[in-house]
Amino acid sequence: MDKILPNIRESILKSGLKDGMTISFHHHLRNGDYVLNMVMREIAALKIKNLTIQASALFDCHYELIEHIKSGVVSHIETNYMSGRIASAISHGILKNPVIFRSHGGRPAAIKSGRVHIDVAFLAAPAADKMGNSNGSLGKSACGSLGYAIPDSECAEKVIIITNTLLPYPLFPASIKESNVDYVVKVDAIGNPEGIVSGTTRITRDPIALKIAEYAAKLIKYSGLLKNGFSFQTGAGGASLAVTRYLKPIMKELEVKGSFGLGGITKYLVDMLNEGYFEALQDVQCFDLQAVSSIRDNPKHIEISATEYSSPLSKSRATSSLDVVVLGATQIDTDFNVNVHTDSFGIITGGSGGHSDTAEDSKLSIIVAPLFRARLPLIVDKVQCISTLGAHIDALVTQRGIAINPKRQELYEILKDAALPVMPIEELKKITEKYTGIPDKISPIEKCVAEVESRHGKIIDCIFAVE
Amino acid sequence: MLRSLLFIPGNSPSMLQNADVLGADAYIIDLEDAVSPKEKDAARLLVINAIKALDFDKNKTIVRVNPLHTEDCTVDIQAIVPLAPAFIMPTKVSCAEDIIKISELIELIEEKSKLEIGRTKLIPLIETAEGIENAYHIANSSDRIAALFLGAEDLTSDMQAIRTKQGNEIAYARSRIVTAARACNIEAIDTPFTDAHDYEGLIEDARIARSLGFTGKASISPHHVEGINKAFTPTYEEINYAKNVIEAIEEGKRLGKGAVSLGGKMIDRPIVLRAQKLLNVAKQLGMEN
Repeated sequence: MDKILPNIRESILKSGLKDGMTISFHHHLRNGDYVLNMVMREIAALKIKNLTIQASALFDCHYELIEHIKSGVVSHIETNYMSGRIASAISHGILKNPVIFRSHGGRPAAIKSGRVHIDVAFLAAPAADKMGNSNGSLGKSACGSLGYAIPDSECAEKVIIITNTLLPYPLFPASIKESNVDYVVKVDAIGNPEGIVSGTTRITRDPIALKIAEYAAKLIKYSGLLKNGFSFQTGAGGASLAVTRYLKPIMKELEVKGSFGLGGITKYLVDMLNEGYFEALQDVQCFDLQAVSSIRDNPKHIEISATEYSSPLSKSRATSSLDVVVLGATQIDTDFNVNVHTDSFGIITGGSGGHSDTAEDSKLSIIVAPLFRARLPLIVDKVQCISTLGAHIDALVTQRGIAINPKRQELYEILKDAALPVMPIEELKKITEKYTGIPDKISPIEKCVAEVESRHGKIIDCIFAVE
Repeated sequence: MLRSLLFIPGNSPSMLQNADVLGADAYIIDLEDAVSPKEKDAARLLVINAIKALDFDKNKTIVRVNPLHTEDCTVDIQAIVPLAPAFIMPTKVSCAEDIIKISELIELIEEKSKLEIGRTKLIPLIETAEGIENAYHIANSSDRIAALFLGAEDLTSDMQAIRTKQGNEIAYARSRIVTAARACNIEAIDTPFTDAHDYEGLIEDARIARSLGFTGKASISPHHVEGINKAFTPTYEEINYAKNVIEAIEEGKRLGKGAVSLGGKMIDRPIVLRAQKLLNVAKQLGMEN
């Protein structure tokens, strides 16, 4: 017996997909993904209409969705992150109803609770066997962890694995289990390796980002959290990733042994694991080839599902054991609300991902960002979109100073004596405006193109259409 | 203190906006080599407006102007001096007459701008063989001279020497610059270490410069600033020794001793002077306690 079907069209037909249903995809192949487009082309050819796309994230490579929206194949999108041409089209009002943005923890919670029902999950797998056991560690398109695909595989009515590498049964370790899989389709390629993971993530050499990272590492040092058992997550870009460069020598100096690194995993956290700075890595997504190799070869580098990562409905989750998270921001307002969904003009350029989950759960959430990019200020009176509530942000670190959320008065008192440039966020805003001036207010079109849902299921903001 | 002097390209708005957060003791806003001939006008305008609009600490601001023999040099000086930066860095300075000529021009502008005559100090860039040989005369040519700055890249080209990381080819020039500067009681600034990725090489190069007597070192990379500052900052061991020297001398005076020793070694005048200078530097850096 096997579950192998000859092609994607056959799997769609076998799945019973009908007009108005919901189909899901994961984003572990990121901007190199071929699978979503391949599936959607077949669905369009079968003249199935009015579908909801339930994708953990969408990238520029998924721009073909624009045509599927225009032709009525797709009528609704729910996702955690969106960038590139599809994001721009959404901002310009291409969809009749608003996109629903969730977080990486909110999505599996919505799926598991039944608020989101997936009819058919089309799950790309870098390696699979004939019965559907699948993982992301093997094969020529290896992407490492398949953490975001696991809830879909567990809850969708029908699960179709699409792979370019069929390996002998039983494939192990299996991120996606055969017990959840209906069909397996082998294709020539599931993605472009260059877009799936970067060869090596590099820490920025931008001196401003490094200055910010240095301040952030010092803030962590003085926070009182940097002791044995310390746990840490950081983003993969700019100043966020650079914090690891400055944190490592501090951990060495203080002889601190961390318990785990979390999140999207990069070479730098892998190095810290291998050098003994952490006992383990909990990995929901790999960002580079070193992380992919590590999760395959090192038993201390553990794959976790999005549910285990940050679902609020889990009995416990990795983020709730997290001491410190370092995050980015497009904008932050004087109430510490953070926008990572849109640019300063209100055009969708991203999404929360794990931003709001980790900010809410961690003991210390730090935003690192330059005070201005080009001529646009970071700190504003009111953000274009609330992605993460200010109540969940503890500190903002910039190149000219650190602002502590007033709700963390005790942290402010500690840092005041630590020779760090701590000041109110309003003062940082004033400093910025000396360079940038005060930007004109954006006048969006009164049409909601996307709603931001907190991981607890409440709509916290709306993104309006732009001209 | 002039431990670290960071070059900021005069045509880079983002670097100009953030010049003061990069940790250098002073920043050299560059209108010369960092700016291509076609961009000179635009960069000058940018620098003028940056100095006017941004909160630069004028005492930390050095503007490197174009070479003396060029028309751009005169235009640079006419544009920059009225903005009252603490220092102008003339380039390709080869003899005392170069300084006299530029000082006359600056004096006219100071007068016209109602600035205190002589307030604009000079840090001449010595980067020719002739300049090295005339270093003392240059240092002694004007009260405006605050420091001599060795530029090794152009110098080694002029000397037809091979530039190396070890720097044996500039050993004479370094010593001559330091000696000339100290003879005139001004500061000496060492040439940048140009491999931005070789941090260990930078540390060694800065260590050599400090041991030769340089006050500080220029940098073309923000990543070198911290290392340079560290290299030119007295260690607490050095500070404690200097304090012990001063205490021993004062104790000797109280006891009416003609000769004083510390740890079995005689303390003579040069040792005392060195200790006083080091404690003065420590005080400026807030390290005296």
